[in-house]
Amino acid sequence: MKTNFKQIKEKVIESILMLSSAATSITVILIIFFLFIEGAGVFTKKPIEKGFLLAVNNSNPVSKLDPSQIKDIFDQKITNWSDLGGKDVPIVLFRSGDITDYYSEEELGENFANFPDKINELIANTPGIIAFFSDKYVNEEFKGKELDINKITVYKFLSDEEWFPTAEPVAQMGVKPLIYGTLWVSLGAILLALPIALAAAIYLSEIAKKRTRNLLKPLIELLAGIPSVVYGFFGLVVIVPLIQDLFNLPVGETALAGSVVLAIMALPTIITISEDAMRNTPRAMKEASLALGASHWQTIYKVVIPYSASGITAGAILGIGRAIGETMAVLMVTGNAAVIPSSFLAPIRTIPATIAAELGEAPNGGLHYEALFALGCILFIITFGINMLVEVVTNRNSQKKH
Amino acid sequence: MSTENNLAKKKRRSQKIAFGIFTATSYAIVGLLFVILAFIVINGIGVISWEFISAMPENGMTEGGIFPAIVGTLCLVLVSMVFAFPVGVLAAIYMNEYVKDGWPKKIIKQMTNNLAGVPSIVFGLFGMALFVNKLEFGDSILAGGLTLGLLVLPVIIRTTEESLKAVDDTFRQASLGLGASKWETTSKIVFPIAFPNIITGLILSIGRVSGETAPILFTVAAYFLPKLPTSIFDQAMALPYHLYVIATSGTNIEKSRAMAYGTALILIIIVLISNLLANALRKYYGKKVKMN
Repeated sequence: MKTNFKQIKEKVIESILMLSSAATSITVILIIFFLFIEGAGVFTKKPIEKGFLLAVNNSNPVSKLDPSQIKDIFDQKITNWSDLGGKDVPIVLFRSGDITDYYSEEELGENFANFPDKINELIANTPGIIAFFSDKYVNEEFKGKELDINKITVYKFLSDEEWFPTAEPVAQMGVKPLIYGTLWVSLGAILLALPIALAAAIYLSEIAKKRTRNLLKPLIELLAGIPSVVYGFFGLVVIVPLIQDLFNLPVGETALAGSVVLAIMALPTIITISEDAMRNTPRAMKEASLALGASHWQTIYKVVIPYSASGITAGAILGIGRAIGETMAVLMVTGNAAVIPSSFLAPIRTIPATIAAELGEAPNGGLHYEALFALGCILFIITFGINMLVEVVTNRNSQKKH
Repeated sequence: MSTENNLAKKKRRSQKIAFGIFTATSYAIVGLLFVILAFIVINGIGVISWEFISAMPENGMTEGGIFPAIVGTLCLVLVSMVFAFPVGVLAAIYMNEYVKDGWPKKIIKQMTNNLAGVPSIVFGLFGMALFVNKLEFGDSILAGGLTLGLLVLPVIIRTTEESLKAVDDTFRQASLGLGASKWETTSKIVFPIAFPNIITGLILSIGRVSGETAPILFTVAAYFLPKLPTSIFDQAMALPYHLYVIATSGTNIEKSRAMAYGTALILIIIVLISNLLANALRKYYGKKVKMN
């Protein structure tokens, strides 16, 4: 009886332990689920604010447009319907506020009671019109034609070059500038950090005495413990003004500032991983090299570095991954201009910074909110891919050794 | 003969230059750490006073203290650890003591690695979608604490696993040989030996949790809230978010600079203490175990 009870207890405990160990897997699956469910919404809705519509004259053959085309129309970059496959009629822009240009206050009546009729009349009488107004002004006699807006496709989302999710009349959701901004800052950071990190890793693993190493290594690892918001603050008050003075810029918040801050943050990751790889070089190989008359330095760059190349690569890739996902520090020092970067001395904006800066203002469940989750998906996919890549690189390394 | 000498000289010289560069670089990195720390300490030390850590922010966060932010961060640490520490430790025990090598273990390991690689802002998005919206906790300490807990779960699992691995197998064999069950062996023999190292992981996670900003942006953090939270369903201020706010978008950025330095210093102190404590603990018990 007693042993039976004990066995049951053991079983119960084991299943509790098993459940706990499933926590991380469940979390990863839930993260994927929620990101993609919320993010997918952006591709199923029309990119126009709820409760508003775009209408054209009934005789206008154009019935469907892309968000970017509509934006060009309202920016007056496209001024004739013939550019959009319609007739050769100049485009007349109309927003609700423009109504007084066409009708006097008496004609509109008290409290704009005649507003729906007048809009209807205007659209019916102006062949080239494109009107943006609230759908509560649409009544039964509406003679215009509602313009259909193409949904955002995944391709458009990735390839459009403008990110302006709160734009009127239609949101512009091209993440290309954000992806470019993220890659620029991260690659810049690695270019700065890699040589420095390698030098430090070589020193720690091959040159430094044990005592020096035991002293320096925890200090370097301490760099990884400093919160990113503190790095951001340090960057804001020290590095940003420094860059502004050094290059004589109007603003110091630039891609370069982001890269410098990220480089400092990536150092401990790259150093720790490459140093581990270098220390794994078999003693026999090093001794063989030294015995053949090679100097210590020749042994390092002809034997140790080639041997640990894949470990160093893994460290660098992981460093890039960290840099791509870093939010607060980048948000605080890069100036957050959503344009395709042209120079390291210009402001840029990254994907994580965009999410952090805009999610607070995006109404729950709206298009903007969903677009930010879609950005989260992109970020997740990139970092997931990078983790996999590191896995492959390190596995190849361990296979080589056996 | 002379060319050989030249070659040797050249060899020696290039080694000298290379090693010089490496040494200088390493010390420069450490120097950089001290520059960052010194910069914040020097600018922040004058701000720190009893009032600073015990009073409410005043005058658009340009004066007064950061008491609610400290309390908020403490609450977040508490909630996240109450959740993540037991789950992480139990998961690690299962991974190290129970499950045999094979594909289930590989998958769990891989998933834990993947979770560790997820950017913190994605945790923020996830926490908002699941805890704030789906489970309707709202912006609350509970939602933020759970999000942070998930973020540090891989850290706790990893450090616990390492601590358990360090326990010599003879302890397990002796216990099992005396007729103890698996759980008795784990809970009475293995766990107590590994415990100091597990606590090291806990301390490091506390340091990490108190400094994270992105996951709490949309799950708990309040811009300005001059009262203390009364339950885990309340919003709260938090140190890292407070620093972000007064450094970038406060009512008067220039005037609140001093407050920002002070807040940054408090954050640095928390991180330094948790790191030093963890290192000291590791060293102390490392020696003790060797003596046994």
